[in-house]
Amino acid sequence: MYDDIRLAERTDTMTDVKIAARNVNVHYGDNHAIKDVSVDIGDRAVTSFIGPSGCGKSTFLRCINRMNDTIDICRVTGDIELNGQDINDKSVDPVQLRAKVGMVFQKPNPFPKSIYDNIAYGPRIHGLARNKAELDEIVEKSLRRGAIWDEVKDRLNAPGTGLSGGQQQRLCIARAIATEPEVLLMDEPCSALDPIATAKVEELIDELRQNFSVVIVTHSMQQAARVSQRTAFFHLGHMVEFGETGQIFTNPQDERTESYITGRIG
Amino acid sequence: MSASTLFLVIAVIAIVGFFVGRHRALATADGSIRRLHSLPQYYGSHVAVLSFAPAVLVLAVWSIAQPLVIGGSVQSQILPSDIPEGRDISLVMTEVRTLADGLSLAVSSGDMTAAEADNAQTFIGDLRDRLGALGVALGGDVRPSVLAAAQSYRSATATGDLIRTVLVLALAGGAFLFAFRQIAPDFRARNTVERAVRVILIGCASIAILTTVGIVLSLIFNTIQFFKLYPWQDFLFGTTWSPSFQGASELGILPLLWGTLYISFVALAVAVPIGLFAAVYLSEYATPRVRAIAKPALEVLAGIPTIVYGLFALLTVGPFLLAAFGEDGVLGVNWMQGGTAVMTAGLVMGIMLIPFVSSLSDDIINSVPQAMRDGSLGLGATKSETIKTVVLPAALPGIVGAILLAASRAIGETMIVVFGAGAAARLDLNPFEAMTTVTAKIVSQLTGDGDFNSPEALVAFALGMTLFIMTLGLNVLALRIVRKYREQYE
Ligand SMILES: Nc1ncnc2c1ncn2[C@@H]1O[C@H](COP(=O)(O)OP(=O)(O)OP(=O)(O)O)[C@@H](O)[C@H]1O
Ligand SMILES: [Mg+2]
Repeated sequence: MYDDIRLAERTDTMTDVKIAARNVNVHYGDNHAIKDVSVDIGDRAVTSFIGPSGCGKSTFLRCINRMNDTIDICRVTGDIELNGQDINDKSVDPVQLRAKVGMVFQKPNPFPKSIYDNIAYGPRIHGLARNKAELDEIVEKSLRRGAIWDEVKDRLNAPGTGLSGGQQQRLCIARAIATEPEVLLMDEPCSALDPIATAKVEELIDELRQNFSVVIVTHSMQQAARVSQRTAFFHLGHMVEFGETGQIFTNPQDERTESYITGRIG
Repeated sequence: MSASTLFLVIAVIAIVGFFVGRHRALATADGSIRRLHSLPQYYGSHVAVLSFAPAVLVLAVWSIAQPLVIGGSVQSQILPSDIPEGRDISLVMTEVRTLADGLSLAVSSGDMTAAEADNAQTFIGDLRDRLGALGVALGGDVRPSVLAAAQSYRSATATGDLIRTVLVLALAGGAFLFAFRQIAPDFRARNTVERAVRVILIGCASIAILTTVGIVLSLIFNTIQFFKLYPWQDFLFGTTWSPSFQGASELGILPLLWGTLYISFVALAVAVPIGLFAAVYLSEYATPRVRAIAKPALEVLAGIPTIVYGLFALLTVGPFLLAAFGEDGVLGVNWMQGGTAVMTAGLVMGIMLIPFVSSLSDDIINSVPQAMRDGSLGLGATKSETIKTVVLPAALPGIVGAILLAASRAIGETMIVVFGAGAAARLDLNPFEAMTTVTAKIVSQLTGDGDFNSPEALVAFALGMTLFIMTLGLNVLALRIVRKYREQYE
């Protein structure tokens, strides 16, 4: 069914490993949400996470930039290495880690500030711009890459919370890329977007791939097939299958994967 | 029957009505609840409400109106010569009522026979002493025209009371029978109860609103009265406050306003930073265990009566400050003459307001969605950056509201001022000087035994009015800000 994208012809282009996760377990109190997951996320590549709702995709994504630290009842064990360094090590400052590993959340969460200040937020706290002109430039570039510039360029001082749901989603994407992270974690970034905006965001992901590594959670099989080089299938907290995207969609090894992508479980 | 006995009788009728109604409803449905429109107790309540409400209403109205009507009609019997020079007839009418009630009391306590009381004019000279022995105090010797009025008053009241008893009992009984006969399986008793509940709720709401309106109106009328006796320009712009009941008072509000604002300012300067930072700590940094202990502990402060804070100001803070800033003080600056000062009251009031600011701010900070914090932390901001640049700005309107509410409490505070700041009205910049506030002066103007119609006493209402306008303004402002804030995340 995915023949039109000629998945089978793709080759696994992954060279370096950017993030290596080994035996990651996550508990929310008594709820064992992630069970023994090991994944290699490639540099300069897009990895997609698919799986039924509630299977732990977001939870695993949040482990990679230690956002789970902010949840009191959440306990993470196992090794996650970024550029060969354990991110849960005491010497690693989660604040710096998050500056390198940006995140677009599942629910759009613009700050109750102006559109401009939303984008300028990251560059300001990290001192990425030396003067106002540079900051203006970063803001414009980020909004353009987030495929929302044309819609907001005349009202940069309007509050970000006043945008539509899909616009907010793109605003948050633009906000995340404004800090130029090495890794971008995107949790269902297109869930509220129309096909045109979706195409633009996918274009952006493809462009980001030149320099960064991108992890995207999606419920759209087509989207995973279109944008990612590797795909991981999650089911009930387990990572069932992980491999080259073409492989997963045309020739899955596990029958749960096959059932899911053909729409029999979900 | 007296009004209270009548009330009790009606209540008994209503309670009986409840049980009878309930029983009757079950009986009409042959004991099967499902055939009734409403549950049996609704039929009981229907009978109870109907027998109680109209009768009590008539009783209340009658009891209020009767003395007024009778008083008005006997007033004409009083000779103009019996009204003291320069006084109102209402004073004599008070005497008439006291005398009438005294005679009834004498009869009921067995001190006089009914016939004796009816012919009291025969021993009018002894009347005052005989009633005095029963605890009825009359101002002077009883004058014939007053006694005659009192007698008419007494007989009219007796007739009135009789009519009242008959009317009210008839009403209660009639309504009881009416409601009882209405009971049938398809009668909608629940709807009566529903209506009764609504009327009760409306009644309570109107009492709350009407008392407010009444208080405000009385403030306004008395203030107008004051301004008739004392020029408003001198009141609003006068810089001296020196009331004297001998006359020639200077009643300028400015020194009092200045004291109020100065002390409130010191209090807020203490309470706002400490309260706000405590709130930030509690909501953002404290572990759930610490929070579970610290938050209630802080709120205990809010439950301490202000008079206790006042004692604390007088006995601890004042002497402490004096030891530091006074003559021969540790700092050797000699800024302070006595323990009572703006600083003393301000500091203590600030401590009082800390839990107020912190618990309101804590609620507001907690209501900032976690997604906001996640967004900021996810961009690599630290915790304090997140609080400073995202959480506090998002919570700011609500926090401003909390601060304004705290300010209006500071302005209205009295006891701490009385103990901590002294009673001297003064326009001064030195915070170690004794000053006083509007509230404290209202107390001192009304606690003397001066004439309530003099400007020195009436000024209290003008002061109260000023205070009311100030705190009302602050509250309205605060509520508007808080409401605006609420809409933000919805
Ligand atoms: N903050 C939390 N506290 C407690 N349990 C949580 C929390 N977040 C997630 N969980 C639990 O962890 C499990 C995985 O949730 P997660 O959000 O990772 O699912 P998901 O795969 O992202 O689902 P979806 O596709 O619907 O977004 C679920 O059982 C959920 O109940
Ligand atoms: Mg999710």
